[in-house]
Amino acid sequence: MDLFNAIIQVLDSTIRLSVPLLLACLAGLYSERAGIFDIGLEGKMLVGAFAGAAAASVFHSAFIGLGMAILISVAFALVHGFASITHRGNQIVSGVAINFIAAGSTIMLGQAWFQQGGRTPALASDERFGAIIWPGADELRSVPILGPIYSELISGHSVLVYVAFLAVPFTWWVLFRTRFGLRMRAVGENPAAVDTAGISVAWLRYRALICTGVLTGIAGAYLSMVQNGGFVKDMTAGKGYIALAALIFAKWKPVNAMFACLLFGFLDALSIRLQGTPLPLIGKVPVQLMQALPYILTVILLAGFIGKAIPPRAGGVPYVKER
Amino acid sequence: MSMPYAKLPAWADYGLIPVINLAVAFVVAGFVVLLVGENPFRAAAVLVEGAFGRGQGIAFTLFYATTFIFSGLSVAVAAHCGLFNIGGEGQGYIAGLGIGIVCLAFDSVLPWWLTFPLAIIAAAAMGALWALIPAYLQAKRGSHIVITTIMFNFIAASVMVYALVGFLKPPGSMAPQTRTFLEGAQLPKLNWVIELFGAKIRSAPFNISFLLALAMAFLVWVLIWRTRLGYEMRTYGHSSKAARYAGISETRIIIIAMMISGALAGMMALNPTMGDQHNVALEFVSGAGFVGIAVALMGRLHPVGIVLAAILFGMLYQGGAELAFEMPAISRDMIVIIQGLVILFAGALEHMFRPYVQALFASLSPRSVGIEAIKGKGA
Amino acid sequence: MAQAAIELIGINKSFGAVRANRDINLEIVRGTIHGIVGENGAGKSTLMSILYGFYQADSGEIRVGGQPASIKSPNDAIALGIGMVHQHFMLVDNFTVLENVILGAESDALLKKSIAKARSELERLEREYGLEVDPDAIIEELPVGLQQRVEILKALYRGAEILILDEPTGVLTPAEADHLFRILRQLKEQGKTIVLITHKLREIMAITDTVSVMRQGTMVATRETTKTTVGELAELMVGRRVLLRVEKGEAEAGGVKLAVKNLTVKDSRGVTMVDDVSFDVRAGEIVGIAGVAGNGQSEMLEAISGIRRAVSGSVMLDGKPIDLTGAADPGELRDRGLAHVPEDRHHVGLVLAFEENENSILGYHDDPRYLKGPFLDIDAIRDDARDKITKYDIRPADCRLKTANFSGGNQQKIVLAREMEQDPGVLIVGQPTRGVDVGAIEFIHKRLIAMRDQGKAVLVVSVELDEIRSLSDRILVMFAGRIVGERGPEATEGELGLLMAGVEHREAAE
Repeated sequence: MDLFNAIIQVLDSTIRLSVPLLLACLAGLYSERAGIFDIGLEGKMLVGAFAGAAAASVFHSAFIGLGMAILISVAFALVHGFASITHRGNQIVSGVAINFIAAGSTIMLGQAWFQQGGRTPALASDERFGAIIWPGADELRSVPILGPIYSELISGHSVLVYVAFLAVPFTWWVLFRTRFGLRMRAVGENPAAVDTAGISVAWLRYRALICTGVLTGIAGAYLSMVQNGGFVKDMTAGKGYIALAALIFAKWKPVNAMFACLLFGFLDALSIRLQGTPLPLIGKVPVQLMQALPYILTVILLAGFIGKAIPPRAGGVPYVKER
Repeated sequence: MSMPYAKLPAWADYGLIPVINLAVAFVVAGFVVLLVGENPFRAAAVLVEGAFGRGQGIAFTLFYATTFIFSGLSVAVAAHCGLFNIGGEGQGYIAGLGIGIVCLAFDSVLPWWLTFPLAIIAAAAMGALWALIPAYLQAKRGSHIVITTIMFNFIAASVMVYALVGFLKPPGSMAPQTRTFLEGAQLPKLNWVIELFGAKIRSAPFNISFLLALAMAFLVWVLIWRTRLGYEMRTYGHSSKAARYAGISETRIIIIAMMISGALAGMMALNPTMGDQHNVALEFVSGAGFVGIAVALMGRLHPVGIVLAAILFGMLYQGGAELAFEMPAISRDMIVIIQGLVILFAGALEHMFRPYVQALFASLSPRSVGIEAIKGKGA
Repeated sequence: MAQAAIELIGINKSFGAVRANRDINLEIVRGTIHGIVGENGAGKSTLMSILYGFYQADSGEIRVGGQPASIKSPNDAIALGIGMVHQHFMLVDNFTVLENVILGAESDALLKKSIAKARSELERLEREYGLEVDPDAIIEELPVGLQQRVEILKALYRGAEILILDEPTGVLTPAEADHLFRILRQLKEQGKTIVLITHKLREIMAITDTVSVMRQGTMVATRETTKTTVGELAELMVGRRVLLRVEKGEAEAGGVKLAVKNLTVKDSRGVTMVDDVSFDVRAGEIVGIAGVAGNGQSEMLEAISGIRRAVSGSVMLDGKPIDLTGAADPGELRDRGLAHVPEDRHHVGLVLAFEENENSILGYHDDPRYLKGPFLDIDAIRDDARDKITKYDIRPADCRLKTANFSGGNQQKIVLAREMEQDPGVLIVGQPTRGVDVGAIEFIHKRLIAMRDQGKAVLVVSVELDEIRSLSDRILVMFAGRIVGERGPEATEGELGLLMAGVEHREAAE
């Protein structure tokens, strides 16, 4: 029974750790499906986290915080669009720039406004998104096996967790069942086909980037207003890049993205849980190996040794009308 | 096919446009300063004063610049071959492993001038090795080098944590770092050079690796513009078709360019470890690999420009520290914002102001803007 | 009463210094198939892109169905009932046929209705025109002929009454092309108007009602197809240019230097571009390859010079074979005395961002003359470049100037100087004077003949018939990847034109 409880706990933290990855990964999916590389997920999440926590603590409202997180994150996404769509700049360079500006400005503004070494004030419970307890969760807790699964894994998460997991079928639906999704996928594969069909390539890509901004904003809000009770500097700690890795690992598909993020979240949860305790059969696995595993797996996938990750064909290339 | 932009005089291309881009980055940074309620002009004055006002400041400025010269050169070498090496951070970090092993092994038996060359070789070799795998995967398997080098940054971080909490750490110590190097692995300071000019320096980590950085800048210039290898790299960087026509092997040139780039990134680890902290500690690179991107873009990929841009960023780091002290509302992270803005305006938006500058030049003197000779029509 | 579906009046369009269309007037009659012929670069595609709203004309008027029309984007064209099948298909390769058909023409924000509507509409089009295609197939898994059919379906689905096809048979097998023509005739019978852009005269004769000829951006003639001949059209296409005959003596051909045997080359899509080609080039002669652009000449040159991999066949250089099917190395070919002036000097033959002197060693940068150990011998390189500048009268005479700042003619001289001064045994030249000013043409021709007179084997590929006739000692005509005839320099333009148009050998002899 101890083992079972341990598994439940690891899975529970897997879910919690996967959520920011999943939101950022889906965010990247919108932009990359539209043909815009985005290594600025990290930065957009970070500004989202900061804006969310800052606004929530100033206005004493979790929802204002969330709104602000989304707003600022979208603004950063539009800067990326301005550089890479309007001015046809290098998308990688623009993404790097955004990560820097985000890292610097969150700490500096945080320090200037709140004087807590780059932190925002600790959020009160009504300024955060609290856990939602599902009906009957407490009563069913004692039921063997199913009880803990229901009350620990399914119930008891913040609304943003459910939002993240609902975003998966929703993204799938947008991508494959709507006009916008069809056009977005088309513009990432062959923008000339979209252009000759009489659709604006630039406007379509901007809209995809807005979706990216909304999702990274929510991801940031989750970090600072759910996982943590306030903003801490550099709190994304590379999650944007893991999300990017997960996106490649998922071959740019929403449902795969969920499984990739759950896998990477699970590795994270496991490495925290184990902290050097030996595993049966394998023996002692260095924590660092577990932490590096998402990246190693992604490199192996990219090298084409396990399946082939084919990115959207027009990705990274500014669209120029060719004559 | 025509070039997208008509020609500007060289001084405008290499001087005016970077200055405009830099100026815009600083104007935007000025607004951030306003946002936290400080006077941007006073902030600028404090920053420059902090960086160059006293010998102490100059020494620190040059100490920071040393690392940035290496990382800027690293980015530039790859860029001349048309490759974006975003992995300088990881290549520099992993080089700490080589430096650590060499210094721990020899600092008690060899003088610094023998340990130093060994450490250079070890650092360069580790950096090159860390760049080799992404290069090979790009050349042979077509994996996007930007993504693989990012992944390798994180893998390097894990490897280094593993090494620093493991075999590099002295037994019994809790801190994830090597023991302090003995004198045989401490680089001599260069502060006396500044003191020659009458300045007083209490203590600053400005050290001999600065000379190595200048030597490397010169060697990179020789490599790129004076060797057959550099010629091949530039050819491939400008046009892979022309390289194929000229009989240049794509695989070979990608791998060599990336290994040189990685070696330079590796060498940047010498300055903070052997020159300053006298150990290898967690996260000692602290973003310098990424600063290299800004430095290389700002310096327009030329070693002279890179040295100047590195000093500019050294100034920002040193002056930024003073600024944080003088104006509590402004933290040192102001520099990170400026870096980001420089990358944005000098990199991603580098062409934003060009049409206006061209229009200006065209209106001043039509002859100075050479019209592209387009006779043949593209298909 | 013939009614005009489209009238173009005084259309002008320039790209930078290039005037792609000048004062074009054209009337296309409703319910007909109207062909537009011309060489590559004659401005056909630009004109049609203007009609489709992809570009805007600098001046001129477009009337559709008699009404002045303002076509600012493909949307406007589509609304006016104009559809276009592009040369390079505008399809999303990993989408299904249905998805491609509805893209941009969806009926509402959700796809369900659009897809259902498209499915029934495709069934109708299939019944009416015999345009069969599996609506759920993925584009990249379809053969090229069917992909093109999807492009036609896209246009018809959007209610196109006027259908423009840009070089539609370029990628098709003869059987597929025949099928396409049957479809086009059927569309015409249903009252649609078809504009067919091509450089293949045989197709024009086979299917069109009216044909217009374009040359160098102008519309030179419009004829009823039944009242013209292939010969007349060929002449109109190529034009009677001012002859720039360069004096040259009889060739004294020696032994075989370059022997091409059964060479077959395919492009990246697997379409055969060069089909079992064999010929020799002997020392002291110029062999000219004539042909309309796109008939495999470029691919053949690239294969012989080691840039492109051949599927099969061999090339013997000085009696020794070169492996072209494996890892051919242009550097090795250079060492063995084969010099190559590529067709595309902007991206292949030169690095435009380089200084002139740097380009004057491209490909020969490993020659010990230019090196001191691993270092470039800058003085030697610049001296060498200055010599070539003097010898080839390259202007401006500045070896430190960026190559992009030289004119087309001088850029070509930089390449020629580099390749000729290496004293190669074999020189192959693609489009020696494309984009070159008249003054430089004569100079380049003289140089090529001087090479011949020195006993070099020279192979020239050019789409300029006049140039081929002026330079060559023997003329080979390429059509559809094959060599369809050999003629002496005395061959007439008409005779060569027929061969280039793919008219059978026997007919040409009549």
